[in-house]
Amino acid sequence: MADRRILGLGCLLAAAAALFLFWGLRGPTAYILELRMVKLAGLLSVGAAVGVATVLLQTISHNRILTPAFMGFDALFLLLQTGLVAGLGIAGSSRIPALAGFLLDAAVMMGAALVLFTSVLSRTRHDIQLMVLTGVVLGLMFRTLTAFVQRLMDPSEFSIVQARMFAQFGGIDSEALAVALGLMMLAFLWLWRNHAVLDVAALGRDTARSLGVGHDRLQLKVLCIIAALVSVSTALAGPIAFLGLLVTSLAHSLMRSHRHALLLPAAALISALILVAGQTVFERVLMLQSTLAVVIEFCGGLLFMFLLAKGKIR
Amino acid sequence: MIKITGLSYGHGAKPILDGIDAEIPAGRITALIGPNGAGKSTLLNLIAQQLAPSRGCISLDGMDAARIAPAQLARKMAVVAQNLTVASRVRVKDLIGFGRWPHSQGRLTAADRAAIGDAIELFGLAPLQQRFLDELSGGQRQRAFIAMAYAQDTGWLLLDEPLNNLDLHHARNLMAQLRSLAEQRGKGIVIVVHDLNYAISWSDHVVALKDGRAVFQGPVDEAASAASLTALYQTPVAITRIGGLPFAQYHR
Amino acid sequence: MADPAALDSRAAGGRNTLVLMGLLLGLLAAVSLFVGINRLSPGAVLSDPQALQLLAVSRIPRTAAVLLTGASMAVAGVIMQLLVRNKFVEPGTTGTNEAAMLGLLAVTLLTPAMPLFGKMLAASASALAGTALFILLARRIPPERPLLIPLAGLVYGGVLMACATFFALQTDLLQYLGIWMTGEFSGVLAGRYELLWLAGGLAVLSYFAADQFTIAGLGRNISLNLGLRYGQVLGFGIVTVSLVSALVIVTVGMLPFIGLVVPNLVSRIMGDNLRASLPVVAGTGAGLLLLCDILGRLLRYPYEIPAGTVFGIFGAAVFLYMLLGRRPHG
Repeated sequence: MADRRILGLGCLLAAAAALFLFWGLRGPTAYILELRMVKLAGLLSVGAAVGVATVLLQTISHNRILTPAFMGFDALFLLLQTGLVAGLGIAGSSRIPALAGFLLDAAVMMGAALVLFTSVLSRTRHDIQLMVLTGVVLGLMFRTLTAFVQRLMDPSEFSIVQARMFAQFGGIDSEALAVALGLMMLAFLWLWRNHAVLDVAALGRDTARSLGVGHDRLQLKVLCIIAALVSVSTALAGPIAFLGLLVTSLAHSLMRSHRHALLLPAAALISALILVAGQTVFERVLMLQSTLAVVIEFCGGLLFMFLLAKGKIR
Repeated sequence: MIKITGLSYGHGAKPILDGIDAEIPAGRITALIGPNGAGKSTLLNLIAQQLAPSRGCISLDGMDAARIAPAQLARKMAVVAQNLTVASRVRVKDLIGFGRWPHSQGRLTAADRAAIGDAIELFGLAPLQQRFLDELSGGQRQRAFIAMAYAQDTGWLLLDEPLNNLDLHHARNLMAQLRSLAEQRGKGIVIVVHDLNYAISWSDHVVALKDGRAVFQGPVDEAASAASLTALYQTPVAITRIGGLPFAQYHR
Repeated sequence: MADPAALDSRAAGGRNTLVLMGLLLGLLAAVSLFVGINRLSPGAVLSDPQALQLLAVSRIPRTAAVLLTGASMAVAGVIMQLLVRNKFVEPGTTGTNEAAMLGLLAVTLLTPAMPLFGKMLAASASALAGTALFILLARRIPPERPLLIPLAGLVYGGVLMACATFFALQTDLLQYLGIWMTGEFSGVLAGRYELLWLAGGLAVLSYFAADQFTIAGLGRNISLNLGLRYGQVLGFGIVTVSLVSALVIVTVGMLPFIGLVVPNLVSRIMGDNLRASLPVVAGTGAGLLLLCDILGRLLRYPYEIPAGTVFGIFGAAVFLYMLLGRRPHG
């Protein structure tokens, strides 16, 4: 028995997906449809991953304002892309197979995240606020390095990097997509079986521990899942910094519940819906291919500021 | 004397303060008492001109307090707030030194230095004077802020829950110091106190608030009767006298 | 009574610190004058008019620019931290820099021929508006949640940057924006850095309000209690921070971390009583940035690494050490 709001979101998403697939279908129908299917799958999986990862991060940090983007994931991805193009040149970097590039990006980001999580958390006695601040500072440092390398580039090299600076769904590789989907399914399966314990963990470390939940182990596990989801989705499409903020505020105000059985699917659906609908509008109506991510960043940030000014975020 | 007429704060169906009239005598200790959420701290902040009332006015020694320039007001009245979270790292001695700012604008004279030394001595802060505020315990920090207000050397002293973090010794000490400030130097002191016994045994005057209104006020011996306190807190309160001082019995 | 002898020895200690710092700065400045692609030895200055020319046109302006930038950015950082009562902010993490960039981008798009001074005015005005808006927002955040403010600043900067990026993408100016993203001094020549003296002047001016800033850092209630005109102090602080940031971005580019790291370093040792610590903050900022600039000139000789990049890595390392290296409180 699913919640009615979840069903409603599902229907909306299905409608948006159908619109995305069949609107303005002309010419070699089968070929275009196949391209659009890959794109749609990319949008859906990135959306679901970002939405779920943000809800998880907020639960495990007991903080309703965090998003993985704060912790330097995006900055590291950009540094990686910039470094690859600068180091190997245009020809060299374009010769890397798409799947290998995806795996490299995902592995580096995940490795870095795990090192950050384990080393900082054990050092600070599970002070997750301090860990976030560490991530923020590292992110600033990565950005400084990226800006330096980008200065050295010639404009044609820079244009390659620029194309990867914001999430793009056009050139998603179907093999990479398959790998990403597989990993995400594993993560979702774990969440499906453990969503109830997350409800308890959300009460705070001390309460959870007195209720017999091994909070610190759970925290580390969930952080690993967050790292996997964010690394995979960023490596697949690119960074969308504040999508998570937008999604979790919407999910919380729609569901008005602390239960992860409702929150997680709602966040995944809302997030995918925003991406699919947004991409449809930007691609077919506004004819702006590359700027969806920028606009989402703007809207997500603006909503966050609005909630903060209203005193809704504490 | 502080004279409060028709003072309201907050709009809508349930204002925080609603038409308060009160007189607070100079040279005495006045306790603001009342149950949680009665508006005691709000009233204190309004008197201190930290908040602006929605209606009504406050006169301070015959002047409209809202019209007194901030720099002048700071020489008439010192306030110690309830929440003393401070993010910046300042030494205890420097903090107390800032109490002289209204008088000297940062150029400390010999008299200023004497007043600072006095305040440090009086509140037992000599061993802590070179420490940073963020290295102190809650009670020590509270004493440092009270010492700063003392160094301000004003005719009026307003304290919001000054006993909150203090142990028995320091709480009693503080009240004794306030007493002697009132009796020997003629300072008017207004405190918000939760502990009813501290309020009635140390102060001269009470103003009782409930739901944003002043329910009763006057000299402690007259106003703070068993009947009025019982009604104020909706809890049976008996008043006995121990060693000539009133004692409220409400624990069981 | 406090012991007057102890007071005197503390004041003398402060004076010694300043003298020592002055000597170190002088030494660094001397090194800076004689390090660069074109060889220049102290002996040549006396005999060779060309060497003198190089010194006057390039090396002296560059050294002065670095010192002014480092000092004024560190001062802007400490003022920002006191105004929002939070140790984790600096103009680079509160949207001031991004707002200045947005102003620069707007003026570049609308009137490309605008001279540097006009660009500076546009950047300053928009930095001012951006900073004021952030401070309004930050004052609604309870001080018991210290992490909320830098995160809010990050989001705020992100929103402003998204605006800038959107327009830059449409007009293919993204790489051009990047020029302002990394502060560096290799292009500094006589006649192209003098705006920085204005930033230095603002830093000096703020010393006269040192006590006011310190009191403002204790919070609005205490400021009002002491009769401080809180609004005026806030306004002066916002103007100082915004102008310094805008001036620095327009002339040499963004320099993250100086305003964050230097005040925190000094505050650990000296506390936040600006009357005593502001000169040390300014001197430390100037010295560290000059050190980074000299390193940047030497590390990849004959090429240069921008001082902003060197400081970015160094600053991040120092800040993380301060954050994580301290013993956890029991």
